[in-house]
Formats: sequence, structure tokens, C-alpha cells
Amino acid sequence: MNPGRRIPPQDETLSLTFKELSRQIGVEAEQILAMIDEGILEPATGSHMTTWRFSADSACRAATAVRLQQDLRINLAGAALALELLDEISSLRDRVQALEQLLFKDWEG
Amino acid sequence: MKFKDYYKIMGVPEDASQEDIKRAYRKLARRYHPDVSKEADAEERFKEVNEAYEVLKDPEKRAAYDKLRGGWQPGEEFTPPPDWDTGFEFSGGGFTGVDATQFSDFFETLFGAASPFGGQRGRRGAHGFSVRGADRHAQILIDPEDSYRGTTRVITLEIPEYDDHGRLVRRSHKLKVRIPRGITQGQHIRLAGQGAPGMGGGSRGDLYLEVRFRPHPVYRIDGRDVYINLPITPWESALGAQIKVPTLGGWVDMKIPPGTQTGTRLRLKGRGLPGQPPGDQYVVVQIVTPEARTEEARRLYKRMAQELGYNPRREWEKVA
Repeated sequence: MNPGRRIPPQDETLSLTFKELSRQIGVEAEQILAMIDEGILEPATGSHMTTWRFSADSACRAATAVRLQQDLRINLAGAALALELLDEISSLRDRVQALEQLLFKDWEG
Repeated sequence: MKFKDYYKIMGVPEDASQEDIKRAYRKLARRYHPDVSKEADAEERFKEVNEAYEVLKDPEKRAAYDKLRGGWQPGEEFTPPPDWDTGFEFSGGGFTGVDATQFSDFFETLFGAASPFGGQRGRRGAHGFSVRGADRHAQILIDPEDSYRGTTRVITLEIPEYDDHGRLVRRSHKLKVRIPRGITQGQHIRLAGQGAPGMGGGSRGDLYLEVRFRPHPVYRIDGRDVYINLPITPWESALGAQIKVPTLGGWVDMKIPPGTQTGTRLRLKGRGLPGQPPGDQYVVVQIVTPEARTEEARRLYKRMAQELGYNPRREWEKVA
């Protein structure tokens, strides 16, 4: 690494406003509101549209919901269900992996 | 340019009906959707399936493709015959909202914007049109300690970009990333403006880093909970013991009650990854028996066998 070149740190707390989120995933405001109603999205902070901030995870989730709807011809409720099941699969996978490592480490000696 | 067998990709016979093709497409789209599938080549397969469907669902494109197809093998080096697209009626707007920019050269040559199938469809973003750059996604491997304390990491990303001459080059790009305290596997860190450049004055996309934990020699992470194996001796198991156990926050004294067996899970509340609420650390007991290497050791074990008269398989007597 070159110590002479300073790389400015990125701010992970950087969240998105309603407008940024809408522009980022390329959908209209109404669709974002519908995703909030469906429980796919939840503002991390703020009490009103103008002050809402969304996390990076929310942005990824919303983008996935949009892709699932477009690519698989499912409606918003279907996308919400798919996302919940995908979340569950992924946390179960992590769990199985953690437990397997715990067991197999000793079995392999 | 390689020849592509769209029927083979879709897994349908040449004489498949439009309904059969639609059904095959929907099934494959669900199977290989990159957001759903865990298969390594899902994204590639998904694009391929979409490309095949784009051709086979459209009777005009399908007829033109069928005429061309005889005599070519999949993967074979392919150049279209000069008159391949004559003798067909084109209605023009053959595309139906699919993003065809990601399709293969094979598709682009036969059915792309420059072909008669392309119609009026030109390249976007050329004039008076600004498009935001695409978001990029990557994974970042961190250690459980990074999440426990929060830290900054310098990562190097290989990013494909077009140089001044329009050639595709890989540029390595260093980024300093702040790892927030308590971040868990699967969460995303967003780096604004580090995605693909926009077109026509559009802003750059963002970079999303998905957090994964690097395998750790001691800790296993499940959500915010931390798991650890605790090897103990048979006498520690039988008599109980006071044992120092490592946690992400440092060593902790732990009481092992007498009679603790292998597989017993003991909880250290709040000693997992930080958060609201913080995770716990689970200590899973594993009894490790020393080998009887010396005469003295063998004597000890034999005496235990005689004195304790213990049968760990008593349950089996009921079934057999």
C-alpha cells in the first residue's frame, strides 16, 4: 500500500432519502409507498416522507423486489413473500454452516 | 462468435408450441433468477434463457432463427450467411421491454439494433438523455472481531471500465470502507458514487458491499450469536470446573457444573456481536478423552471401568 496516498474513508451510515431511493431503483414514488405498505421496506429513521431515511439493506431489498416483479411476473405481495422466504433460507443456511463447522471441526480432528 | 441453440437452452423440442415455450421459460426464469438461485452460474444462465425466449416467443424471429439453425452445432464458430434475413416480413418493434444490451454477440448480430429486427430502436443515452450509472455489487470478507469493534478496511476492487479509446480495461480501485460495529452477515454497506459512471451527465451509481464473515479458527457466527466449542476433560465434566473462555470482548470465567456432558450448550448472555439487543455467546461442551498411552493410564481406565460400572448405552437395551 502506498502510505503517501490518503484514501478518504466512506461513511457507512450514509442512508438514502425517499427521492434518492426512488431514483436509485428506478421506480415511482407510489411504488415505494406500496412497498412500505406491503412491509417490504421500512424507513430506518424519520416520521414523514420528507425526513425518511432508508438503509443500504432496504435499497438492496427494494431493488430485488422490483427485479422479482419484472422478471418473474409476480405482484408485490408475491415479491414480499419471496423475499421473506429468501431471508429465511439465507439465515437457515448461515445457521447450518455455523453448526456444521462447530461439529465437523472436531470430527476431522 | 459461437452459435447458440436456443431450443436446447430452453429444453424444448423444435416443434414446441408457443405455450410450451412460455411455460418452459417461466420455469427456467424462476430457477435461474439471480436473486433466487444459489447456483454459481445463475446469472449467466438467466441471461441465456431470456435471450432464447426473446427469440423463440416472437414468431418472426423464431422463423428466421429456424431457417438459420439447420447445420449448426451449439458452440460452433458462427458467421451469419449474407442473405439470412431475406424473405421475412418484419413488423419492426420486436422487443418487448427486455434489456437486450446484455445478450450475446450472436443475438446482437442476428436480432440487435443494427438488424432488420431492431426497427427504430437505437442506443439510448446518446443525445439529450441522461442515465444514472448502474449500481455495483461485491462481497466484503470481514472477521468477527471487525464487527465486534467496528473498524476501517482498505479493499481493492477490480472494476471493468472503458478507457479513452473505448477499450474495456480492468482498473483496480482502492477504497477505504468503514465497517460499522455490530454488522452481521448479509448486511450491506453502501458506498455512494462508487458504482458505474452515468451517461449523458447522469450521476455515478453506488457500490453495495455484502458482508460475509471469513471462517474463523474459534468463533462461528449465526446472526448476532457467537458459537464456540469448549473442549473439556472427563474429570472436568464429572467434577465441574472453572474455565477461562475466549469471547470477542476478552476472556471470561465460566463455571462448568458437575456432570456436564458433550453437546451441552452454555450461554454467556450479551457476549455476542453488539446490537439492540446484543447477541449471546454459546459455549458448546465437547468432552475430550486422553488416550491410554502409558501402563499407568491404562490401569487408571481399567479401574474406572470396574469402580464406576457405567453403561452409556442403556437406552439401547429397550429397543434391541
